[in-house]
Amino acid sequence: MNSCVKSVFLVPGHPHLLLAADQNEGWQRLNQAYGEARKRIEELNPDLILYFSTQWFSVIGHLFQANPKPKWVHVDQEWHELGSIPYEFVIDPDFAKSYADLTRQQGYHAATVNYYGFPIDTGSIVAQKLLNPHNKFPASMVSCNIYADRDEMLRLGHAACSALAEQGKSAVIVLVSALSNRLWVKDIDPAQDAISSAKDHEWNLKICELLGEGRLEDVAQCAREFAREANADMGFKGIWWLNGLLGHHNDFSGKCYGYEAVWGTGAGLLEITPKVPILPGFSLNFESESSVIQAMEAADPAFRGQKSGPEEDAPTGNSPTENKVSRSVSAPVATVQAQKIESQKAPEPVGAYPHARREGDFLFLSGVGPRQRGSAAIPGVTLNEHGEVIDWDIRVQTRAVIENVRTILEDAGSSLDKVVDVTVFLTDMKRDFKAYNEVYAELLGPIGPTRTTLGISSLPTPIAIELKVVAKP
Amino acid sequence: MAKGSIIAGVLAPHPPHLVYGENPERNEPKSECGWEILRWGYERCRKNVLAKKPDVLIVHSPHWMTTIGHHVLGLPKFSGISVDPIFPNLFRYRYDLNVDVDLSLAIHEELKARGMLTKVMRNPDFRIDYGTITTLHLMNPDWDIPMVSISSNNSPYYFSNEVGMAEMKKLGEATRAAIEASGKRAVLLASNSLSHRHFVTEPEIPEDMSFEHVYHHGQYLWDMQVLNLMKTGQCAQLLDILPEFIEMTCAEVKAGALTWMLHAMGVPDYPADVHAYGTVIGTGNAVVEWDHENRGGVR
Repeated sequence: MNSCVKSVFLVPGHPHLLLAADQNEGWQRLNQAYGEARKRIEELNPDLILYFSTQWFSVIGHLFQANPKPKWVHVDQEWHELGSIPYEFVIDPDFAKSYADLTRQQGYHAATVNYYGFPIDTGSIVAQKLLNPHNKFPASMVSCNIYADRDEMLRLGHAACSALAEQGKSAVIVLVSALSNRLWVKDIDPAQDAISSAKDHEWNLKICELLGEGRLEDVAQCAREFAREANADMGFKGIWWLNGLLGHHNDFSGKCYGYEAVWGTGAGLLEITPKVPILPGFSLNFESESSVIQAMEAADPAFRGQKSGPEEDAPTGNSPTENKVSRSVSAPVATVQAQKIESQKAPEPVGAYPHARREGDFLFLSGVGPRQRGSAAIPGVTLNEHGEVIDWDIRVQTRAVIENVRTILEDAGSSLDKVVDVTVFLTDMKRDFKAYNEVYAELLGPIGPTRTTLGISSLPTPIAIELKVVAKP
Repeated sequence: MAKGSIIAGVLAPHPPHLVYGENPERNEPKSECGWEILRWGYERCRKNVLAKKPDVLIVHSPHWMTTIGHHVLGLPKFSGISVDPIFPNLFRYRYDLNVDVDLSLAIHEELKARGMLTKVMRNPDFRIDYGTITTLHLMNPDWDIPMVSISSNNSPYYFSNEVGMAEMKKLGEATRAAIEASGKRAVLLASNSLSHRHFVTEPEIPEDMSFEHVYHHGQYLWDMQVLNLMKTGQCAQLLDILPEFIEMTCAEVKAGALTWMLHAMGVPDYPADVHAYGTVIGTGNAVVEWDHENRGGVR
């Protein structure tokens, strides 16, 4: 069975990108990013494009656009001076009906809308005009219920997946949502637009980084905190809709096409492409998310917004130029849920422990020795006829240990150059330190992790060296 | 030129259900009945207000929400179809209205002079929000009186109820000054419900009144407290408790229309006429008239 979802885009829905891109270099770059995304969608050649826009509010359940050819001249309530947007879209009404039916089966109020003059929201219109300007692909649009909680969003997303399967259609999914959503509350010179606070910008960068790495689940886990800290658009609940549609995992390749400020808000255009086929029937996790945030705070307290700034909590209407955020601000540290890592190449553990554990934003490795997998033999050791160690080559053992560290890290998706801290245990400090230190300098010296070397009386097997390593994932 | 005046103020909520229940020719969906108490209250209020022969109806609606200050309409005519994005099954209404552009621009200038942010909306393709249309239909179904529409700024949502109310005080005072300078007899329409917690499902027959009741008793008690203050001429006290009322009942007056109107009328200290109270999908709605011309005097 083919995947229901060919790819997924997060796009901004501001009319500036369609009507006034020439007024700001960043808006222009986002407009161009939209062009790249459009080409990508054309290559993907989906059966339909499914939009969820945070700007289409509903309060009585969920609404599904079912007018086969909605036509209107749209004017945004706020940005009417930017001009009118005439449109005539091609909608897939069969999919709308199927999606509404399946949403109803989840226990929610659901209705299709097929009325002349029904007001399609600015966000859906902007995205559709920029991604699918000639109606090459039929579209489908679903509303954003302002009261829907995480569970409801998950189920709504999953109903979309089921509807695609039921219809035998493949889709490109488009979530129309800003990132941070603090608008300037006064007129600004568009050329001077900037994110309205440093904290918002930090958060936006982190979300872009995570999605750029395809880490949907990690972003979903951060959604509540992102919403609280950066006034994320509609609580960033759209990301849970994606969870419901795609599953709770990070198995995507990601790409960030652009991130800019639009009237103080964070506007990112990103794509995540499933690495595995998306099919309905996977289970949803309705438990609360929290571990990621705790780990994130532990990793970097500054991420909680302790970077002081004049406009951290709400826009004050000051000129954006007074608070313009440097794009060179480095993103704070991210994290994911804890997970055990069992390498299939590194030597087997000699006890009940994993090779490594990912906790917060770090990989913690269990003590690593020089043995080779599938063998009790220890490299560089000379044994007598009784199997007792009579000599060892610390250079060989050190090299073997570091190779084992490399293997474990690579199996965990990391690499040797991401080692940040090493604790070295030597059974004979006096004899071995100099030689071990030379090999270490050759292999780990250029990477430059912090290091502590301890002399101890023995190790669990007759090895002369063991390393305890902490690395970045 | 005689000094203009506010001749009446009306708390004039905009549930599209009331138009749907009435079955005017302009509205495409048709019903059997529904929400009569509120509709009949509107009829009584309308009779009073139209008898005063107003020159202009000024509407403040939460469904034209703007972030950069307050916007006013700057073109003389708008027509089209207004479809409620929440209840499209109930409200698809053909409108054709005349704007008092002179007064719109006068309010705009008054706001600017007071250092407030404001914009004039001059795009002819603009669609008037359904809250404004509903309120205007219920007050003047013949559409024969020019209107002024003022957007609601979302500062209470960005900042706090107190910030929003302070903004509405300034807006109200600026509106009054512009009306007085215009020489016109104006009616203010605050297009707000009261308590606004509501049901999130709809009966199969929308006008099935056996489903209609207040969302919960606490909300009803708050609405009654607010209405009693209106009935007894205690609007200053009403403004004092309004932030708490908003918080406790998710009241739609958060968007500012009631506060704007009360300040424009100098915070009335005379009794208002409560023509009706009723619920619409659980929200509390009242039609309340301040006969400012006769009871408030020209302030």
